Amino acid sequence: MREWARTRWRDWTITLAAFVLALLVGAILMIVADPVVAGNFAYLFTAPGLALGGAWVKVSTAYSALLVGAVGSPTALAATSAAAAPLICAGLAVGLAFRAGLFNIGAQGQAILGSMAAAWVGFALPMPPVIHLIVAVLGGLMAGAVWGGIVGWLKAKTGAHEVIVTIMMNYIAGGLLAWALTTSVFQRPGRSDPISPEVAGSAAFPQLYEQLHLGFFVAILAAVAVAWLLDRSVIGFSIRAVGANPHAAGTAGMNVGRTTIITMAIAGALAGLAGVQAALGPSVNGVPTPLSEGLVGTVGFDAITVALLGRSKPLGIVLAGLLFGGLSAGGLAMQSVAQTPLTLTLVLQALVVLFVAAPQLVATMVPFLKARKGRVSLTGADA
Amino acid sequence: MIRPVSNQAEQADGLQLKGITKKFGSFVANDAVDLDIRPGEIHCLLGENGAGKSTLMNVLYGLYQPDGGEIVIDGRPQSFADPKAAMAAGIGMVHQHFMLVEVFTVAENLILGREPGLVVDMKAAKATVQELSARYNLPVDADALVEELPVGVQQRVEILKALANDAKFLIFDEPTAVLTPQEIDDLMVVMQRLRDEGKGIVFITHKLREVRAIADRITVLRRGKIVGSAKPGTSETELAQLMVGRAVDLSVNKQHADPGAVRLAVNGLTVANSAGAVVVDDITFDVAGGEILCIAGVQGNGQSELADALLGNLPVLSGRISLDGRDLTGATPKATIAAGLGFVPEDRQHDGFIGSFSIAENLVLNRFDAPPFASGLSLNLKAINDNANRLRDEFDIRTPDVQNVGSSLSGGNAQKVVLARELSRELALLVASQPTRGVDVGAIEFLHKRIVEERDKGTAVVLVSTELEEVEALADRVLVMYRGHIVGIVGPDTPRDVLGMMMAGVSHEEAVAVAEADASTAEGVE
Repeated sequence: MREWARTRWRDWTITLAAFVLALLVGAILMIVADPVVAGNFAYLFTAPGLALGGAWVKVSTAYSALLVGAVGSPTALAATSAAAAPLICAGLAVGLAFRAGLFNIGAQGQAILGSMAAAWVGFALPMPPVIHLIVAVLGGLMAGAVWGGIVGWLKAKTGAHEVIVTIMMNYIAGGLLAWALTTSVFQRPGRSDPISPEVAGSAAFPQLYEQLHLGFFVAILAAVAVAWLLDRSVIGFSIRAVGANPHAAGTAGMNVGRTTIITMAIAGALAGLAGVQAALGPSVNGVPTPLSEGLVGTVGFDAITVALLGRSKPLGIVLAGLLFGGLSAGGLAMQSVAQTPLTLTLVLQALVVLFVAAPQLVATMVPFLKARKGRVSLTGADA
Repeated sequence: MIRPVSNQAEQADGLQLKGITKKFGSFVANDAVDLDIRPGEIHCLLGENGAGKSTLMNVLYGLYQPDGGEIVIDGRPQSFADPKAAMAAGIGMVHQHFMLVEVFTVAENLILGREPGLVVDMKAAKATVQELSARYNLPVDADALVEELPVGVQQRVEILKALANDAKFLIFDEPTAVLTPQEIDDLMVVMQRLRDEGKGIVFITHKLREVRAIADRITVLRRGKIVGSAKPGTSETELAQLMVGRAVDLSVNKQHADPGAVRLAVNGLTVANSAGAVVVDDITFDVAGGEILCIAGVQGNGQSELADALLGNLPVLSGRISLDGRDLTGATPKATIAAGLGFVPEDRQHDGFIGSFSIAENLVLNRFDAPPFASGLSLNLKAINDNANRLRDEFDIRTPDVQNVGSSLSGGNAQKVVLARELSRELALLVASQPTRGVDVGAIEFLHKRIVEERDKGTAVVLVSTELEEVEALADRVLVMYRGHIVGIVGPDTPRDVLGMMMAGVSHEEAVAVAEADASTAEGVE
């Protein structure tokens, strides 16, 4: 028990230290990028207060804007939750696959397919209110499951490596969406640009408070379901066994190929759910954004970092999703209030993951962590 | 039993480990160990798995830095930052798992790490090989590819590598695990010859028979501490007691088998490995309920593939396998397990056991998806835990908590988990491959007893083993395999040297004839 507690404490400390280091590097970048503030450093020795004071003002304004924009008000929290919902779903997709020893780089494509199916049900099939939403969500789940299941099937039958197949499927999904938006099935009548009709209100996730919508709780529910699946279900036992040691799993009678297909299908469904969030989640103006090429953004790739940060565990993924959702929501505020470019938040995200993915690096920089032995497990497959 | 300390002059010469302590975190692997290795002596280091023998040798070889104590050579204290420094000081190591590059020739392997000059001079390298080979009487072909050499010859290359570095002290780490009985005898001769040349030899082993055969001095290590020395004539029982710390019954209490009807019938079985080569060639045999059939043979002659084919892990090219009359040819592992097959794989780390899973989960690895361990889609965690506690008591699995991960168990206890898992089901056939590999003497006693108990319940038992002691102790019949064929099926009282020859492919009749000829020659000389 103490060993468990010690490992957990170390994991948390390293994550925290990684975050602090990322903020430090981000601060340096901010200072260097601002000509006025950077210029002051020429007088560092004659008028240190000017340089350091200027730098402090710059950094603290930006980071406090970030913080306030992320969690500083109910509005901010709602915005954070809306940004976090698709990240949590896609993060679960990547994390679940990791536990089975599979690298699901295809969450992006799976999310695109999910968004396409959900949006289509939303704008093309009129249905009574609650049923419309349910069918749209199910449609998105199924589309994602198929997109992921194909990868699992190819791996099981031919041994094709899922990294290559999922990356290619991402391209195919992107191309499919771009093409679909030029067809009469998907393109909004009367428009020549690739944009779909608006999703009917009956299929949208109901708004609960400003940007907070039902989709967020669906994401939390998905996390709970994945936690149950991994730790308490028969399928989860197989998934973990195949991820930890496929030879032993096979010798014990488990069907490694079938488990691979099932895992990729479930993962695909979860990433599809991220796409569903994007397609059916109300945006700032209260209405879901119509389907277009960039609708799901980069959620599939962000999901990889979310899963890594969350150590492929459902709770960790929820927290990591919230963190990155916060960075995203707060980043907008940071841009408007402190004139710091939104792209800095992307740099911050990347730095956090860099430092988390290189725990030895962090441990070297922070000496008191170095004394502890052992590895931080990222994929969770050998947790 | 402790040897008296010799005089000062003798002590100054040679290699001494004084008070060596090595810790990993809070775990003390070596606790103030003193070891005295004299030139011209074979010093056997005996101990169970996990006793600290390998750690001690890794400290000596420069792979680990000791936390306390010192290494003294010829009166001068030394410290080795890496194996290169140890080699420079005259210490050579022959590893259990050879450190050879299989796709290189013998000569290329010999110069690995010490390539002479900027452009490799292969002629000089080959000359070195031939010179060393002649000097120490270890015949090898300098141009042969290592991967094409038999294991016994590969080991010779390992030994030459150590000698090429001008080793004065040679450490042999469990060298006989992969050798036939004849090759073991040859190795003993080599070691004695090297000793007679003045080399100091450390022979690490857990095989009591070998220790008694060639040791000049015996030191016993238990749980990181030296627990005593023994004189060369000490009996195996006493040595085992020193190693384990309690009296160990080395003989297996086995009543005569009472075989019933045939349960496993194998006909014309032919199996290919993953590379497509035929490794089991038209094999026919059967096993009755209530008997133990041992499949003997040197590693790599098709036994592992035979076991895998019985499980269903390897496809069958032709032939038939039936258990209790049911045709199981080509069945999946799930089906054979359901039909009553119990399987103890040869490599438990690789195939039998998931180190990151808890002990409780490992105990239901092949039964988790059915009642009582599952109801519908969910696992019944309580049933899994209760089962684990019950099996822990029944099989004496040493662990403080069945929820601990499997990798926390020692080799012997991990093997007990694998066996407990299989024996806790109703079995028609138990297939156990190398069930006591890497298992200490204390646990071996227990595992053998349980296997015999399973046989006495009427189960058919197929035991694949490369250890002749185990075969002699447990077999009711012995099937010898060589290059995928059956050389012969003989009784358990077949003499050792006959079995050894059969393991090298000689037919039973020929082997008996040769053995008798040898015996009468020996008698004639006397």
